[in-house]
Amino acid sequence: MKTAFFVFSLVFSSLSLAVVEGHKYPFDNQQDTERFNQLAEDLRCPKCQNQNLADSNAPVARDMRDKVYELMQQGKTDDEVVGYMVDRYGDFVRYNPPMRAETFLLWFGPAILFVFGLILLIGIRRSSKNTSNQPLTAEEKAKLEQLKNAAQRSSEKGQKS
Amino acid sequence: MNSLQAIAPEFGQLALILALVLAAFQSVVPLLGVQSRREWLMAYARPLATGQAVFLLASLLALTYSFVVDDFSVAYVAANSNTALPTAYKISAVWGAHEGSLLLWVAMLGCWGLAVAWFSQSLPLEMVARVLSIMGMISVGFILFTVETSNPFSRILPSPPAEGGDLNPLLQDFGLIVHPPTLYMGYVGLSVAFAFALAALMGGRLDAAWARWSRPWTVAAWIFLTLGIALGSWWAYYELGWGGWWFWDPVENASLMPWLVATALLHSLAVTEKRGLFKSWTVLLAIFAFSLSLLGTFLVRSGVLTSVHAFASDPERGVFVLALLGICVGGSLLLYALKAPTVASVGRYDWISRESALLGNNLVLLVAALAVLLGTLYPLIIDFLGMGKISVGAAWFNTMFVPLAVLLSFFIGLGAMSRWKSDSPKRLSKELMAAFVLSVILGFATPIIKTSEMNWQVVLGMTLGIWVIAASTWDVWKKSRGQLSRIPKLGISYLGMIVAHIGVGISVIGVTMVANYSVEKSVKMAPGESAEFAGYRFEFVESGHIEGPNYSSEATRFEVYDGDTLINVMTPEKRRYTARGTVMTEAEIDVNLWRDVYVSMGEPLNDGAWGMRLQVKPFMRWVWLGAIFMSLGGLMAMLDKRYRRKQDVAVKAQPVSGVTAQEQQA
Amino acid sequence: MNRALLFIPLGIFIAMGVLFWVGLGKENKDVLPSPLIDQPFPEFAAKALESGTGVSAESLLGQPMLVNIWATWCPTCKAEHEFLNTLAADGIRIIGINYKDDDFKARQWLTAYGNPYEFNVSDPDGKLGLDLGVYGAPETFLVDSQGIIRAKHVGDLNPRVWKKLKPRFEAMQ
Repeated sequence: MKTAFFVFSLVFSSLSLAVVEGHKYPFDNQQDTERFNQLAEDLRCPKCQNQNLADSNAPVARDMRDKVYELMQQGKTDDEVVGYMVDRYGDFVRYNPPMRAETFLLWFGPAILFVFGLILLIGIRRSSKNTSNQPLTAEEKAKLEQLKNAAQRSSEKGQKS
Repeated sequence: MNSLQAIAPEFGQLALILALVLAAFQSVVPLLGVQSRREWLMAYARPLATGQAVFLLASLLALTYSFVVDDFSVAYVAANSNTALPTAYKISAVWGAHEGSLLLWVAMLGCWGLAVAWFSQSLPLEMVARVLSIMGMISVGFILFTVETSNPFSRILPSPPAEGGDLNPLLQDFGLIVHPPTLYMGYVGLSVAFAFALAALMGGRLDAAWARWSRPWTVAAWIFLTLGIALGSWWAYYELGWGGWWFWDPVENASLMPWLVATALLHSLAVTEKRGLFKSWTVLLAIFAFSLSLLGTFLVRSGVLTSVHAFASDPERGVFVLALLGICVGGSLLLYALKAPTVASVGRYDWISRESALLGNNLVLLVAALAVLLGTLYPLIIDFLGMGKISVGAAWFNTMFVPLAVLLSFFIGLGAMSRWKSDSPKRLSKELMAAFVLSVILGFATPIIKTSEMNWQVVLGMTLGIWVIAASTWDVWKKSRGQLSRIPKLGISYLGMIVAHIGVGISVIGVTMVANYSVEKSVKMAPGESAEFAGYRFEFVESGHIEGPNYSSEATRFEVYDGDTLINVMTPEKRRYTARGTVMTEAEIDVNLWRDVYVSMGEPLNDGAWGMRLQVKPFMRWVWLGAIFMSLGGLMAMLDKRYRRKQDVAVKAQPVSGVTAQEQQA
Repeated sequence: MNRALLFIPLGIFIAMGVLFWVGLGKENKDVLPSPLIDQPFPEFAAKALESGTGVSAESLLGQPMLVNIWATWCPTCKAEHEFLNTLAADGIRIIGINYKDDDFKARQWLTAYGNPYEFNVSDPDGKLGLDLGVYGAPETFLVDSQGIIRAKHVGDLNPRVWKKLKPRFEAMQ
């Protein structure tokens, strides 16, 4: 499940691959560069107005980027790097929200809504199928007769002129 | 200061108040006419709406005048302008901050009311009266909000400052001239669909005719919203300096949500117009779409959410907007609950049919809109419940949005070709097999050709994008029986749909390619050095100093080569704006249909060197080109003759379908 | 279809309205809650600003204290400094962390404006600041005698803020 989420998030989350002052963070291989970029995008600057570490010029963002680089050089995994930051700044700095009891609705809400909507649609279709083939009531029959007569008269009129 | 300058702000304020008075009458008089069946009262709706619009525009003009003549005795002008500011930006500074942009919002509401007054000749007077009344009520609320808490005409007297605080440098750009007005036209335009929905509920008349009247107004608002969002994305891309074009920022989401619901509404209206079905649902969608517009206004101006795009916040304003939201949305949802028909529309359709495809469309779009809403509001929910602070960012949004976009794209291909009421899976698969196979082949081919490496995301995205285009094109081909001359005869409404759908395909292709194949390099460069990157050579020719009208900048000149051919000479800058001292990165972009080459300056380093950011983004333009196609398609659909037909006599009499006599009286 | 079902959208909206109403009333929306509450003060090894001797988390132990993060480049820190002086005069133990600053400048500053600190930890690179989750000076931690962080305040200390914090400080051992 987690892999699927990660895969999907990787698809379009690399919307901004560039990192501020990227030249300060050289890596030996492309994979690590991408890992760094991804981490910088998934971590939030605690002070800015909704910016990730990749885009922010704030001093604290710079410090955090330096730390991410340092931790990666020490061989830490992505989870460990994110955990390091969360231990100090809290969950706020994760753009990818944690999976916990209080975020259950967040992660599964859309899927639940979708299934619920589907059930609703099927349910409505079933009930409309039942009501659609009712025979006409007496009132409706009378109205139909009235309309038919009116139409008859106007077409006769038309034929005359 | 001459006397015209002295009086303009006062005139503007007076015009605003007069507009408020007219709006108040507009809310009450026509409805009174409807209740008492007095046509002469109902007839006041149109001239009142016209008058209101005239005064609102006059007010906006007065504020603009104050900006152009540098009248710093007006507090708003002093805060957002400067004598050195170029005139074009002085004008756009009118909507550069909260008070002025609110005046723009309100003026546009007046204009939409004016448009409804003028272009509603084929509608029954009763309906026009109700629609304009409701729009009048919304006007009253927002003009009151402006006058009470956000008056752009407040003055600093007796000693006005000699110089203004300058427009935020981020906003000193063409983007500010086009993006907010276009976007607001969309936001505010949804009030027309909203008013039509409420009018239908009030009149107890919810039928195919109502859908036909409502539809072109909805499409018009949708077009503006589409263009507005695209302009915003494009502006952020070149202005912010790091090549991103969508951040799932709360303010961006505030514009995307009404767009998604408005798209669903468009499609639902199609069904209601054609088959008289989904009426109750369509009305709810219309209410929902405008409610999201209002919610966006609240989120952006109340300070409840943190965003780079948000206006300066003020709790007093937040409370007022919340009250407006409560009355508008709460009131309309209450009306809906009380008056919407509970009897389902009579009309059969099979599981495989165009109705089903459109239902699928609505389901996907609604879940998408709700997902975006959930992600945007969840941090607030957690915070207000005292459970700490979390952030929901791009990773989560993309995880939710992409699968829905995949589903939607699949449906688009099916929908256009499917028949109303009943269709067979056999027929559909036979018709669309060729398009499907073509899409899959090209989908797989793309990553192989581009990088000789498999990339499943690219396969998926390209297959879907090409699928939408191929299926739509095939449908046209089929319907015109292979003769180009027959295409115009297919009807402008149908062709508009095809063009809009193709636009979706184009955007999907653009997003897929940009997201997967963008490359970036951060490199330290000094004058005289060159860097090889993504098949291009970037030569740092020289750096220097430029003095602008209200800024000074460090610029670097680059020559970009493809082999031996000089592609472009690019001069990115790092500007320091004099008035506020802010530093802005001005990126340079070489644009063609197949890729953007993006060069921006990072930080200055020793010895005149700079940390440069170089990016190559394939198919970037396709993302916004798709939006242009969508808007064009919408425009074509709007121009269909049936929306301009004169009112039929029969329509004035008893409504025909779906509403019982009981409900009519309610 | 049941008419009651049609009231659901209204119900959801009312819930949202309440949420926003509560949200509007909240102060300090930009303040991040600290995950370090009830955690021991992070380990560090640095030099004291005034004397140059080595200090570590151990140097803090013994008495409840305020740990105040400040810098000469921070205007709000200057604004709160007067109040810190009065607190120190009242006998409140204040340890300072000079965050991303220049030692010489900082010493001059303290000479000019008064020194309420028992001692200052010099943190020129912001390493200790990062470990404390500092994102904007001034910030103040309430730490007890065992070195456990009990509370954090972001922003300047002033009489109004101290009114709320004082009971908590005095409750600390």
